[in-house]
Amino acid sequence: MNLLGLYNYWVFAVLLMIGFYAVVAKTNLVKKLMGLSLFQAAVFLLYITMGKITGGTAPILQKGVSDAVFSNPLPQVLILTAIVVGISTTALGLGIVVRIQEEYGSIDEKDIQEIDRR
Amino acid sequence: MTILDAHLPVLPVVVPMLIAPLVIMLRPRGLAWAAATATSSMAFLIAMALAAGALDGEAQRYALGAWAAPYGIELSVDSFGALLLLILTGASTLALLAGKASLDQQLEADRQPLFLSAWLLVLAGLSGILISADAFNIFVFMEISSLASYILVAGGPDRRAMPAVFKYLIMGTIGATFYLIGIGLVYMMTGTLNLTDIQVRIQDVSDLRPILVAAGFITVGLGLKAAVFPLHVWLPNAYNFAPHAATVFLAACATKVSLYILLSFDFVVFQQNLIGHEMQFAAFLMPLAVLGILAASAVALFEPNIKRMLAFSSVAQIGYILLGASMVSLLGMTASLMHMFNHALAKGALFMAVMCLAMRFPSLELDALAGAAKRMPWTMGAFVVGGLSLIGIPGTAGFTSKWYLITASMEFGGAGWLLVAVIVLGSLMAVAYIWRVVEVTCFRQPETGPVEVSEAPRLMLTVTWLVALANVYFGLSPWLQTRLAEGGARMLLGEMP
Amino acid sequence: MSAQTTILLALCVPLIGAALIGLAGRVSPNLREAATLSTSLLLIAVVWSLLPDIFAGLRPAVTLSEVLPGISIAFQVEPLGMMFAALASGLWLVNSIYSIGYMRGNREQHQTRFYVMFAVSLAATMGIALAGNLFTLFLFYEMLTLSTYPLVAHKGDPATVRSARVYLGVLIFASIALLLPAIVWTYLVAGTGDFTPGGILAGHIDGPLIGLLLALFVFGAAKAAVMPMHRWLPSAMVAPTPVSALLHAVAVVKAGVFVIMKVIVYIFGVDFLFAAPSSGWLTFAAAFTIIAASLVALRQQNLKRLLAYSTIGQLSYIVLATATLKPLAEVGAAIHMVAHAFGKITLFFAAGAIYTASKKTELGQLHGIGRRMPVTMTAFTIGALSMIGVPPTGGFVSKWFILAGAFQADNYVVLATIILSTALNAAYFLPIIYLAWFGRDRTPPGKEHGEAPFAAVLALAVTAFLTLAFFFFNQPLIELESQLVRGAVAGPEAL
Repeated sequence: MNLLGLYNYWVFAVLLMIGFYAVVAKTNLVKKLMGLSLFQAAVFLLYITMGKITGGTAPILQKGVSDAVFSNPLPQVLILTAIVVGISTTALGLGIVVRIQEEYGSIDEKDIQEIDRR
Repeated sequence: MTILDAHLPVLPVVVPMLIAPLVIMLRPRGLAWAAATATSSMAFLIAMALAAGALDGEAQRYALGAWAAPYGIELSVDSFGALLLLILTGASTLALLAGKASLDQQLEADRQPLFLSAWLLVLAGLSGILISADAFNIFVFMEISSLASYILVAGGPDRRAMPAVFKYLIMGTIGATFYLIGIGLVYMMTGTLNLTDIQVRIQDVSDLRPILVAAGFITVGLGLKAAVFPLHVWLPNAYNFAPHAATVFLAACATKVSLYILLSFDFVVFQQNLIGHEMQFAAFLMPLAVLGILAASAVALFEPNIKRMLAFSSVAQIGYILLGASMVSLLGMTASLMHMFNHALAKGALFMAVMCLAMRFPSLELDALAGAAKRMPWTMGAFVVGGLSLIGIPGTAGFTSKWYLITASMEFGGAGWLLVAVIVLGSLMAVAYIWRVVEVTCFRQPETGPVEVSEAPRLMLTVTWLVALANVYFGLSPWLQTRLAEGGARMLLGEMP
Repeated sequence: MSAQTTILLALCVPLIGAALIGLAGRVSPNLREAATLSTSLLLIAVVWSLLPDIFAGLRPAVTLSEVLPGISIAFQVEPLGMMFAALASGLWLVNSIYSIGYMRGNREQHQTRFYVMFAVSLAATMGIALAGNLFTLFLFYEMLTLSTYPLVAHKGDPATVRSARVYLGVLIFASIALLLPAIVWTYLVAGTGDFTPGGILAGHIDGPLIGLLLALFVFGAAKAAVMPMHRWLPSAMVAPTPVSALLHAVAVVKAGVFVIMKVIVYIFGVDFLFAAPSSGWLTFAAAFTIIAASLVALRQQNLKRLLAYSTIGQLSYIVLATATLKPLAEVGAAIHMVAHAFGKITLFFAAGAIYTASKKTELGQLHGIGRRMPVTMTAFTIGALSMIGVPPTGGFVSKWFILAGAFQADNYVVLATIILSTALNAAYFLPIIYLAWFGRDRTPPGKEHGEAPFAAVLALAVTAFLTLAFFFFNQPLIELESQLVRGAVAGPEAL
């Protein structure tokens, strides 16, 4: 097994866990969202990595060239969609954080729970 | 009519999705609501047509843009999907019909068009999940519906809706992302995203680790979205603080659609192809289902807020659905699918009754509702009927799935008797928390002085009773959910329909 | 009119009547009372019209709809159910007359709700009596629990609501936790739940599982009050007395023992059960309940609670007799349903009459009351003697049959239990009667009273008369119930 060849997948796993840790352990809502973005970015990396074919080039048809080896375009398309979804989610999340700031005066989860308990 | 028939499978998504942006522009009072309700009713009619087709036995297939599968995106409506489409569109239509007065009460007039537009997007997204036969397409629609449902939940007037929806957003996104990882791994190993194609190709690679990992990611991710215990923590607050009409809609169908994908993947795609997977499925999900039933029911027993109590009850009912599925038998699976339908009926009636109560009572804490039955006898009557269906009294819809569940548990052998005890215990706890409400509302003296009958608005009350009576009708004559559920169960377990 | 229509009418009449009573209640109390009485008269006409067919040996049946595959709502009339339906409908009329006197005499609240739920409860009772399979039986059994709840919680004050909670809690717990699994299990192993002479379980289940299934049925049918599923009965005493009379003579308790009898005769089969050693525990459970209930009754000071515990004991007579699994005892069990009904309803009517006239509820207050309320106390005496089993009351007839059956089976446990409990019954009833007639009247001056309202007195006179009459005119009933054992029990035992 070529460990170095699987470098991308290691990065994916590490990023995934860093993002996940941030989501779970941080109490600041914006930091949670940052973690979520990181989490999703790791998945983007996974998809793009799997699309790369050894020796493959960008999947663009060129006149006259008929025997080129292309990388798989499908994961790239999928990931564009997922990026859009991720952005929408982050935007929505930040909007909610703004509203929470307006209502509670804080964006720290601990403070919010404290205020709600009263 | 043939053009319509040919494109029928895609209409449940197209119709709401086209009208959603138009609704934003409808500023005059009530017009947005009327447009949303009309759209939802159209979707319901389309769902009925699709269900009629599914009852005939054939799964209806459709290729988007006429690109043939497996390269194009394929849609497919089978018994299971048709059953849930009926629940989804029906719940949406009835919730909108009943909820007009409630929405007027809880939302400012200028925010309603935006809210209703999001509602239609949820409808479109969830419909899309149910008709898709392509794994990534499911992801896209799942996120469309999720994002829109975050907006629905955030519409609630209580400021605690904000932290609730934030938690919902975080957990929902993690769940969806896990699902994305899962199908990424599947694509990596099989090279296709079309569900039928995956089923074929996965047989060659079914013992390789990425597939097992993928199965794990998909199960956990969808479990998060379906509020499977212990990943359910987002649900009680989200349902509690959402506007009442939105709760009726979401409680009836949102988690069930996630369960649909979960069961479809785990049974159609993985089950028959994974060595030892059957054992893992049952061994993994059954204890979670049992814990969900018992723990959630126990919490509901002590919850003072009616809406939150019903939300916990929903978590318990999801446990029932999973319990049936985890038995991996025809009877158990049929029970599970039937319970999706029956629970939607029962919870729909209950949450609608709560919506009626909220029209006249400022607080939904049990103590504040003392003597409510004297002021709103018809509302509490509907609540009792819905409650009886939830408990599983014979003559109501809830009984039919309980009967199948108990029979399936007895057939299961071995630990089956323990499962019977769990099911029974869950029902008894449901008796306790429903009857707590009955006692307080019927027999305790109201806080404020003399009481006149001041019922909910007529439309809301009529629709609530319609749903309550539907519980009785489908309890005495459960032909619809039995046939569709059995067809779906056969399909999931791989037998010929 | 065909028998099928009649069966369905037996259910529809009380239900439609309930709606009419509710509407009439908005117009005037007299109209409402008229509606109740006419509904009950109509029900008697409908139900009793089935008698000739049953006597002739016919068993009319009708299936309404199939709910789930293999499980349908179906009705079938057979001797036991016929008797139960006829008893319930007949006594409803008398009870309604009594209720009018009681409710008006005590100026009770929510009378319309009371009469409406009564009618619904009767509809449920008819459903139980005429059920043709386990599912239908269970459906109406649960309906009865739910429809009697508002009746038990009628007064609405916190203590009543608490007791009503116990009532509902015990009954629902037993039916969901025990009875439902038993029914599902039966359908699973036998493939059907239809009541069939000779039973349906032979060959499908054996060994200790038979005893277990029987236990689930017996304790699941908590309305039969076999200990420890008896707590609901004393708790139900918070209800107005017409409800107690209906519950303890007619509908609820008889539904419980009815379920047990039908299950033993038509699901297990008397012979099948007799051959199964694991079923023997039932005799001991019933015997224990009888003795324990009688002992507790001895210590009661509240009249209605005493009658409640007496009922628990009397119900287990029926269970005990059924458990003997011999023809004479089975007939005795069936007849005791009627004899006890007449006697107990009389006793409760008397208790309610005493309360209406004087607000007295404790035994200590009843000294000398026989001289103030002679008609009431005569009826009470007759009822009590019937409970003890003294001729010329109806209770004697059924006890005779049960004893004969016990002899036939050489069942000394049953014999001993009946003898001992008879003595105990006498021990707690006779002092009441003696002191009522011959005791020193301790009514404080200013609280003098006479008889109860006329309607109440009329009703209890009628039931007392029936208790006596049953001693003399019981042949048709015995004949009817012999059909039960002739069809259900194979064997050359002559009756």
